Amino acid sequence: MPRLKQIGPTEQWLILVIALISIFLALTTDTFLTLVNLFDLLNYSAVNIMFAAGLLVVLIAGGIDISFAVAASVVQYLTVTILMQMGGGDWAAGLVLACFVGVCLGSLNAALIYHFRITSIVVTIATFNLFFGMLMYVTGGVSIYDLPDWLSTRVVLFERETETGFAEITLPVLAMVVVVTLTWLLLRRLSIGRQLFAMGDNTEAARRLGINLGAMHYLAYGWLGACAGIAGLMQAHYAQEIVPNALYGRELEVLAAVVLGGARLGGGRGTLLGAILGLALVSITQNGLNLLGVSPYAFRMIVGAVILVAISVSGDTMGRVTRRLRGPKLAGATQ
Amino acid sequence: MTSIASLLFRQKAGASGAAPSTRGEIAGLLVVLAAVILLFSLTTDRFLSAETFTSIAFQLPELGLLTLAMLMPLISGGFNLAITFTANISGLAFAWVLQAYGGADAGVAVFALGVAAALLSGAIIGGAMGVVIAYTGAHPILVSLSMMIFLRGLGEFLTRGGDISGFPTFVVHMGQGTIFGIPIPLLIFMACVAMWTILLKRTRLGFATHMIGSNSEATRYSGVDTHRAIMLVYTLSGVMCAIAGIVMLTRFNSVRVGHGESYLLITVLASFLGRVDPFGGFGRVIPVVIALVVLQVIASGLNLLGTNQHLATALWGVILIVVMIVRYAWARLQVGAFIRYASEKRTLKGRV
Repeated sequence: MPRLKQIGPTEQWLILVIALISIFLALTTDTFLTLVNLFDLLNYSAVNIMFAAGLLVVLIAGGIDISFAVAASVVQYLTVTILMQMGGGDWAAGLVLACFVGVCLGSLNAALIYHFRITSIVVTIATFNLFFGMLMYVTGGVSIYDLPDWLSTRVVLFERETETGFAEITLPVLAMVVVVTLTWLLLRRLSIGRQLFAMGDNTEAARRLGINLGAMHYLAYGWLGACAGIAGLMQAHYAQEIVPNALYGRELEVLAAVVLGGARLGGGRGTLLGAILGLALVSITQNGLNLLGVSPYAFRMIVGAVILVAISVSGDTMGRVTRRLRGPKLAGATQ
Repeated sequence: MTSIASLLFRQKAGASGAAPSTRGEIAGLLVVLAAVILLFSLTTDRFLSAETFTSIAFQLPELGLLTLAMLMPLISGGFNLAITFTANISGLAFAWVLQAYGGADAGVAVFALGVAAALLSGAIIGGAMGVVIAYTGAHPILVSLSMMIFLRGLGEFLTRGGDISGFPTFVVHMGQGTIFGIPIPLLIFMACVAMWTILLKRTRLGFATHMIGSNSEATRYSGVDTHRAIMLVYTLSGVMCAIAGIVMLTRFNSVRVGHGESYLLITVLASFLGRVDPFGGFGRVIPVVIALVVLQVIASGLNLLGTNQHLATALWGVILIVVMIVRYAWARLQVGAFIRYASEKRTLKGRV
């Protein structure tokens, strides 16, 4: 566990807000603070957190990616179609294939960004259209309901009967833990991670230090591709079907949550904890609205308003204010 | 072929480092347009017909107005991801005024009131984003993104995902009628193009927009009120979205939240195809409009060939990538290769 001092101002602020919302929900609803609901929340958020972990790596490296959610849909389709033709396969084959396809799609982005010096947002908007257009064209918009057995059988890791029903933790949560741990190792424990931060903070300085920018690009976008691939497979497992446009639009919500968690658009800054907290804030708000019986039509409106208010008063602004309040001595510690 | 390519792909940071020549850009894009039209008229004999161009003329304004709304924030170095939903909400405001004062029997005065309501709501939405972007220093992508999520939710909440229709008949005539053979939406679009061109080229705000896109800090130090300028940029972007929303309402005779959602990324694509600098500071209205026509012609041509609409989406992505690659290659061939050759020669001489 990181000591409290090591947690940045954005994260502290998010923890505070999440705590307030949770206390409010625990007091006003009798369903929020049950094991069933909390585990549901975890199962549901697992896919988004995997996306967020991958996207964070790209954001830290100074890029942006719009295409990852659509890429995950492509991965779902290709993986299941290929494995079904080869007679089914199993989890190992599925994960390897999903990672491989994801890395390929991510590398395409990296290649265009690095070798042709095209801005990452331009490239990924283009590949977003390319991936989605081709996916819809090839599939004709038809969903796959006939999944291989290993994918359609629900894997329950932990089960406990409570008064309100069965509380379960399913496979996506395990995958999420693995992905987040590996990403943490990459960013915080390997020198490659420091190189990614350096490149995002100042590309020219990183180049002069001898950091291989090409390799870093492939690493960042490939990592996001692999995370998106695994997340795609897990989403198919969770939803028990593959719908070509199921993940369409998810990219912007994940992006908003990750940046809300303190990652800087422009690179060089961002933490896993912040990204997860950003997503948690959005998920808990959504879950709470659901439990409070608010019309589902209002969900997005309130979530959007929460993010809008949060960015207006959080992150840099709030960090600046709190630092000013605490005086100059602690200001150095949070840097 | 080389001359065509040089016209089309002359880099901004070209030989002299000067801004790209507008004439070259326009000529290059017109050549591409001619080539696309030629290609389609050779592949299908139904392409060169009045119907094709009428349908293009009716489809273009919707996407075009949204692209204009995206263009100004892009030049200022920002982004407005909320354009389509701002247009939807403005359309809703318009629809309610119409319904509140007579529905299908509403008169022209109510129509004018509705237009005013739409423009006002667009301006308020844009202005709110501008305030947040200017004063909190939050990234425009994030601000407009959360505004987009909020507006989509607001629209869904207010309409429950349904359509709103039942407008006076003259509204339909506006959306589908013509004056002197020119569709009315196209006339509105042309007026807006003229307005944007003058705004960006001839006014202080236009100048400030370009300067902020190039270097916001330097612009602030040179005495421009950048906060106010950014607020105005997003407010005007919101107003342009409202105009797009009005045109959408008249053309479809209904309002539905989510309409035009797929245009969002296409507007960015068209802007970059029209040589807007992704980092802001550079971009002109006319090349972007021609790029839009090229995209629309391709979409109509593919439609006539009987291909899937999604294939056109994929193709637009490919076109953007190819154009960017060729531009890069062109800049490198011309400038990069020469500089490298010259410097290598010098170092070799030094060694000998």
